[in-house]
Amino acid sequence: MTQIEFLNIVTPFKDKVFRLAKRLLVSTEEAEDATQEVLIKLWNNKAKIQEYKNVEAFSMTMTKNYCFDKLKSKQAQNLKIVHSNYEDKQTALQKQVELKDSVSWVERIIEDLPEQQRMIIQLRDIEEYDFDEIAKMLDMNNTAVRVSLSRARKTIREKLTNTHNYGIK
Amino acid sequence: MVLNNIEKLLEKYDNGETTLKEEHILKNYFTGDDVAPHLEMYKPMFAYFLANQQEQFTKDVPLKTKRILNYKWISVAAVVLLMLGFYFGKSLNNNDLGTYDDPQLAFNDFSKSMELISQKLNRGTSTVGYLNEVNKGTATLGYLNEIENTTNIIFKN
Repeated sequence: MTQIEFLNIVTPFKDKVFRLAKRLLVSTEEAEDATQEVLIKLWNNKAKIQEYKNVEAFSMTMTKNYCFDKLKSKQAQNLKIVHSNYEDKQTALQKQVELKDSVSWVERIIEDLPEQQRMIIQLRDIEEYDFDEIAKMLDMNNTAVRVSLSRARKTIREKLTNTHNYGIK
Repeated sequence: MVLNNIEKLLEKYDNGETTLKEEHILKNYFTGDDVAPHLEMYKPMFAYFLANQQEQFTKDVPLKTKRILNYKWISVAAVVLLMLGFYFGKSLNNNDLGTYDDPQLAFNDFSKSMELISQKLNRGTSTVGYLNEVNKGTATLGYLNEIENTTNIIFKN
C-alpha cells in the first residue's frame, strides 16, 4: 500500500479521530498527538488494513483506548483543561457574540460529563454516527448507548436551562 | 404546528430515541433565527455541535516507509561487481618482478636471502625446545600410577 492509498482511506475520518481525542483529552495539543499516534499505528499495520471490516470504526475504538491509556498514565497529571479554540461560523456576527458565552457553557457542561457520556455525545451529536456503529466502537450494547446518551442530553439540558434562567454558571 | 412538532422531537431527543434525520431537523431549527423563546436554551447546544463538526486535524503525520531490502537486486549487483573484478583484475595482475642479468649478483642475493631464512628458522626451532619440558612433566605424572596401586590395595582390604 502506498502513502497515497493510505491517505485516501484515512482522510475521511482523521478529523473525527482528532475530535474524539480532543473530547476526551480536552487539550488540542494532546489530541493532535493522539491522532498522530493512532494514524501511525494504522500505517505500521497497513498490511492488515484490508482485513478490517470497518477501518473507521476500528480507528475510533483505537482512539478511545489510546486516550484512556493517556488519561490513566502519569502524564495526564500535567494535562491542562484550559482552551477555547472553537469557531462558530454558522450564525451572524451579532448573534455570535451573544452566543459565544453560552456556547462555552455547553463546552464546560460537556467537559463535566463522565467520559463515556462525553464520547457518546461526541459520536452521536457531533459526528452523527448510527447507534449500531457507536455500540460497536465503544464495545457496548445498543440500549446502553441510548440510555447513556439520554442521560447526557438530559444533564446538558438541565444545566443549560438553569444557566439560561438564572444566569448562574 | 411546527413548534409542536419540534417539542415532540425534543422530547424524543432527550430520551435518545430520535433518528439521525430527526436530529438534523432539530439542528436546522435551532441554528435558524426564529427559535421559540422558551426553547432558547437549546440554541447554544446545537450551535456548539455544529461548530465542533468543523474542527479539523491539521498536524502532519510523518509516514515512514520501511525500506524493504530487495535481495534479488543486491545479488545482481554483487554478481556484476564480481565480473568486473575478474575482468579488470586480470589485466592488473602481472607477475613480472624483473630478473638478474649478472649470474654473480644473482648468486649473492640468493645466498643472502637464504641466510636470512635459516636464521629465522633457527630462532623458531629453539622455542620448540621447550617441548622437552612437557615430556618431563608427563614422566612425573607416571607416579600417579603408584598412588592408584596403593589405593587399590587399601580398598580391597
